[in-house]
Amino acid sequence: MSNSERPNQLFRNLNAKIASIPMVLTALVVFVGGTAWTVLYSFTNSKLLPRLNFVGLDQYHRLWATPRWLISIENLLIYGVISLVFSLVIGFVLAALLDQKIRFEDTFRTIFLYPFALSFIVTGLVWQWLLNPDFGIQRVVRDLGWTSFSFDPLYNSSIVIYGISIAALWQGTGLIMCLMLAGLRGIDEDIWKAARVDGIPMWKTYLFIVIPMMRPVFITTLVIIAAGIVKVYDLVVAQTSGGPGIASEVPAKYVYDYMFFAQNLGQGFAASTMMLLSVMIVIVPWAYLEFGGRRRG
Amino acid sequence: MRYKILTAAFAATVALNFAGPAAATDLEVTHWWTSGGEAAAVAELAKAFDATGNHWVDGAIAGSGGTARPIMISRITGGDPMGATQFNHGRQAEELVQAGLMRDLTDIATKDKWTEIVRPKSLLDSCTIDGKIYCVPVNIHSWQWLWLSNEAFQKAGLPVPKDWNELVADAPALEKAGIIPLAVGGQAWQASGAFDVLMAATGGTDTFLKVYKDKDATFAAGPEIAKVFKAADDARKMAKNTNVQDWNQATNLVITGKAAGQIMGDWAQGEFQVAGKTAGKDYTCLPGLGLNEVIATGGDAFYFPLLKDADKSKAQEVLAETLLDPKTQVAFNLKKGSLPVRGDVDLNAANDCMKKGLAILAKGAVMPWTDQLLSQDSQKQKEDLFSEFFAKPDMTVEEAQKRFAAIIASAD
Repeated sequence: MSNSERPNQLFRNLNAKIASIPMVLTALVVFVGGTAWTVLYSFTNSKLLPRLNFVGLDQYHRLWATPRWLISIENLLIYGVISLVFSLVIGFVLAALLDQKIRFEDTFRTIFLYPFALSFIVTGLVWQWLLNPDFGIQRVVRDLGWTSFSFDPLYNSSIVIYGISIAALWQGTGLIMCLMLAGLRGIDEDIWKAARVDGIPMWKTYLFIVIPMMRPVFITTLVIIAAGIVKVYDLVVAQTSGGPGIASEVPAKYVYDYMFFAQNLGQGFAASTMMLLSVMIVIVPWAYLEFGGRRRG
Repeated sequence: MRYKILTAAFAATVALNFAGPAAATDLEVTHWWTSGGEAAAVAELAKAFDATGNHWVDGAIAGSGGTARPIMISRITGGDPMGATQFNHGRQAEELVQAGLMRDLTDIATKDKWTEIVRPKSLLDSCTIDGKIYCVPVNIHSWQWLWLSNEAFQKAGLPVPKDWNELVADAPALEKAGIIPLAVGGQAWQASGAFDVLMAATGGTDTFLKVYKDKDATFAAGPEIAKVFKAADDARKMAKNTNVQDWNQATNLVITGKAAGQIMGDWAQGEFQVAGKTAGKDYTCLPGLGLNEVIATGGDAFYFPLLKDADKSKAQEVLAETLLDPKTQVAFNLKKGSLPVRGDVDLNAANDCMKKGLAILAKGAVMPWTDQLLSQDSQKQKEDLFSEFFAKPDMTVEEAQKRFAAIIASAD
């Protein structure tokens, strides 16, 4: 590395380095330290209070034999795929439409972004009412005359997770749209002109020129969406509290319930370690490709 | 600017220091009694404690026990203990006691002869860990009640059933009349509790103890328990049209005659009372589902965290004595709808259902409940299983029993 030739590198920009010490310490102690502590105690049989009484992989064996955990994982996968695909597609399409220099762009942008101002708890409650068969959409349509109409995803075990995804999309796509719009505005006008001169149709320009140029925006968006997927908790609590039965449970809720309601820290830690592991499996190869390559180049 | 804030902070601390010793001792008491009837009952405790010259600082935590307990526990383990706190006696605070965070009340208990006045004796046993007493039981709540709407049976043209089996037999006729035969709310603990009640009622006390006390997994997988699961299967079929979540909404279905019955603890009685219904006339209660008239002695108790402050520790002793005072016991339990923990008090004002409970208690037909026998961990697993069982009609009885036996095998 070229840096090593200058020994005073450590003292360069000293003020900035001192200023960042608190954050570095926070990151080390709270994030890294807390994570290591959690992983360590996931190998113990800690109940209400943390105790260093190692039981090997027992907590993990139990975890993967628990139907509720397996359902949670399955739900997270379905929810993840849906919210990833749909919020990217819908977000991008909305942004592209807004980018056509339409009138009242500000108004539309405000309308689309508005749900994002609500917390997941409020979103969940709103959609709980909308999807309630006795008060919500089903009732309205039936009152209009279609008496056999049935739409009650939150009360049907096999499709409840889709009902939750609808609420998540409604809340989240506005933000994705704004990010995409910012990305689109960053594309140089000349590129559009050049494409038009070459007679390339608009959809092709988007697909093969604009989208590849927006790679950094897409990566940022991806990280934001992915983080939202793994930590989904409050939406489920507000909408169904995991029901009917355990059909809409998610991993984060399993962690919370077992740590605090069941007073079984070991089991909760094991579950949260598995969540961390799944994030690592996604993040590490990507980070390696993204940052590892550049340093060498 | 910064200097000014600092001065203000100093001034505030000084003021507090001076104010402290002059006033009576404040004792913060945390609990999760926040519904109408419950709050009225707590007010009785506060009144009695204030009368001793101390001051009850109310630390009610809204939600349910499930919401409140994590907050209480993290305050105690986090070094910010309250003066006293409610738990269900049994195993919820077990580890806090073992970690030495709770105060040993044995001296006060011996002085006031708790072993003689508290009835049944099993209540005090649940407060005892390694021969020392750590909590003051304040009431007895039992789960094993079947609440029936007389109105619903009238509408269906049927006599009010005398036990669970008759209710099951009436189910098709009730459904034909547009009445839900059994109301079971969506909260997980309701399904799990209903199953335990069915086990105690259809299987009998010995079966119940063999499963939950001895944790006999082979027995739990056997034919005796298969019968209980058969009853649970009936219950789930009868309950399939209940579209409510909370227990009191389910009770409300019975109150309004939309549902015929509900398996719920005696706390449901408060709802009937608030709705202005009379026991015997508007609704019927069957302890032990009319099959096995035994009541469980779960309930509430107060625990006292170990405090450094001498004044507060003294106030804790006063509170412990106040809670068991006969006058406090009567005032509190009448409002709460629960049974008092001592037999030598006069409860003439009690209604029919409470009197049924008192009579069973007097006969000594009591049994411990799952709060006392199982850890929270096993309880939670059981809740997960039964909320799935009740919500998923295609889950077979055999599969559920197999999973139940596995939970009992790993239970602690």
